[in-house]
Amino acid sequence: MFAFLLRRLGQAVVVMLVISLLSFSIQDELGDPLRELVGQSVSEETREELREEMGLNDPFLAQYMRFLRGALRGDLGVSYFFKRPALDVILDKLPATIDLVLAATFWILLFSVPVGVFAAVNPRHWFSNLAMGLSAVGISVPVFLTAIFLIYLFSVELGWLPSYGRGETTEIFGWETGLLTRDGLRHLLLPSISLASVILPLFVRMIRSEMMEALEAEYVRFARAKGLREGRVRMVHAFKNTLLPVITVGGVQIGIMVAYTILTETVFQWPGMGFMFLEAINRADTPLIVAYLIVVGLIFVIVNTVVDIVYGLVNPAVKLTGKPA
Amino acid sequence: MNAAPHLHSNVLRSLLRDRTAAVSAAVLCALLLAALGAPLFAPFDPWDQTQFDIMDAEIPPLGGGADARFVLGTDGMGRDMLSAMLYGAGISIVIGVFATLLQAAIGVVVGLAAGYFGGRLDSFLMRIADIQLSFTTLMVAIVILAVFQASVGLRFYEEYALVAIVLVIGIAEWPQYARTVRACALAEKKKEYVDAARVIGLPPFTILRRHILPNTFSPLLVISTVQVANAIITEASLAFLGLGMPVTKPSLGSLIRNGFEFIFSGAWWITAFPALLLVALILSINLLGDWLRDLLNPRLYRR
Repeated sequence: MFAFLLRRLGQAVVVMLVISLLSFSIQDELGDPLRELVGQSVSEETREELREEMGLNDPFLAQYMRFLRGALRGDLGVSYFFKRPALDVILDKLPATIDLVLAATFWILLFSVPVGVFAAVNPRHWFSNLAMGLSAVGISVPVFLTAIFLIYLFSVELGWLPSYGRGETTEIFGWETGLLTRDGLRHLLLPSISLASVILPLFVRMIRSEMMEALEAEYVRFARAKGLREGRVRMVHAFKNTLLPVITVGGVQIGIMVAYTILTETVFQWPGMGFMFLEAINRADTPLIVAYLIVVGLIFVIVNTVVDIVYGLVNPAVKLTGKPA
Repeated sequence: MNAAPHLHSNVLRSLLRDRTAAVSAAVLCALLLAALGAPLFAPFDPWDQTQFDIMDAEIPPLGGGADARFVLGTDGMGRDMLSAMLYGAGISIVIGVFATLLQAAIGVVVGLAAGYFGGRLDSFLMRIADIQLSFTTLMVAIVILAVFQASVGLRFYEEYALVAIVLVIGIAEWPQYARTVRACALAEKKKEYVDAARVIGLPPFTILRRHILPNTFSPLLVISTVQVANAIITEASLAFLGLGMPVTKPSLGSLIRNGFEFIFSGAWWITAFPALLLVALILSINLLGDWLRDLLNPRLYRR
């Protein structure tokens, strides 16, 4: 068990190193940091002096090591645009994105399990056909289109819901959230539904197909033969086993959801990390771009590692030894 | 996995029996024909700026009592929507198909090598695939294209956007193929016909190409449909963020981005028509893919 943990953590560290190296090498490609800092008016000699002083003439690897040491201390550089530490800027925007992801996850959990299980148990029912049809459409409509459609219908035509921003927020324990006010929730409704619309169909389909496969399995037939009630066979025997793959894929999907927040936040001008990232790209605000990549990479890696470990704990078939399988 | 033998027989009959699949196939064929034949059918050339006039901007589609020249109306530059959409669909399809071919090329080579030779090579390649998969394609594409756009300048970018997008989506998604092909190769290499081929002294490359590769085709076909649809969605999303095809040579996604600016002023058609076309295209590919998967995987869900 301990060896498994160590191996998994080692892998996570390697991935983070790769991410940091790639993010850092972007810095060279996007403009000259000196010009961003001092402008055009400084003479060539002062410029060269400053370059030397800031270490911009050092070899790549030396610069990277310095960046890495800074990153470990939580110093990811200073945003050109905001003139503040990049990490602080991101942490300011993080709560808005987390609100959005939480609300979308809520929709997904609320609908995917009952609908998926129902469709597996009653494959010929009209509701199952409807649900599967809708999920095929859901997979085929890009997130930003869902978002535009919702805005057009509910904001432009009907005027029921706001089309941009977060609305009123409250602060609890230093966490600025829109989940506790009516206005905040009204603003959250459309963005969270469009974010959920990408992942929800995938979950419904996956839960349905895993559940159908489980219902065909020997142990389910045996449980029935033993005379257990159908409800118990379905929920305790079949459903429990469909949860395993759902955990793994679910974890990956959370990572994907973070990427999709860029699209959703852009359409709704939601003041979160994703919208900030796109603005940073348009402003060529390199330190902020690099910091965003590192923070998001870290979120991915942590989620994936936790999912792997949970999966290893839940699934008795995974050997928790240090040896590769 | 091993469902290939009856692939060519009965396919057409099965397609015609399944109403959803038949309709999807018809829609997809019509769209392909219209998009790839766009230079023949389209009333205007949407890539030629001299052909449109700003005075024609934002004309609503027919039925709104407007100009008979523009069946589906015009956009903010006075460009005919129908022509722009036909050409745009062509670009979206080209990107989807070529990006998928690139993924398949890389993925098949890596997957065959990993599955057949096994051992260290296998764990090394699959580790790389895991790492690649842990970066979402959309995210990778946004970053790379943004850097590319910033470092080469907009004019050059407009010229080479198509190639760049195909490369990025193609390279970011290869693990999907590599994993599938590897799983097949692992299963196939244990079979007797591979042993027989080895015993008569065929070199590994020939065994892989002539014996194992053909047996991976049916799962490859199934993921290919999904991958083409996903590549088209990814390009559309990138275009919406301003990182896909430029407005001068718009894909369906660029047209939608272009139209979004007008949606609050009531010019809904600039967004709605390309959006409908995009969804019809992706939906028909996905539904055909679903049908294909059920066809090639008869083991599942047939009670």
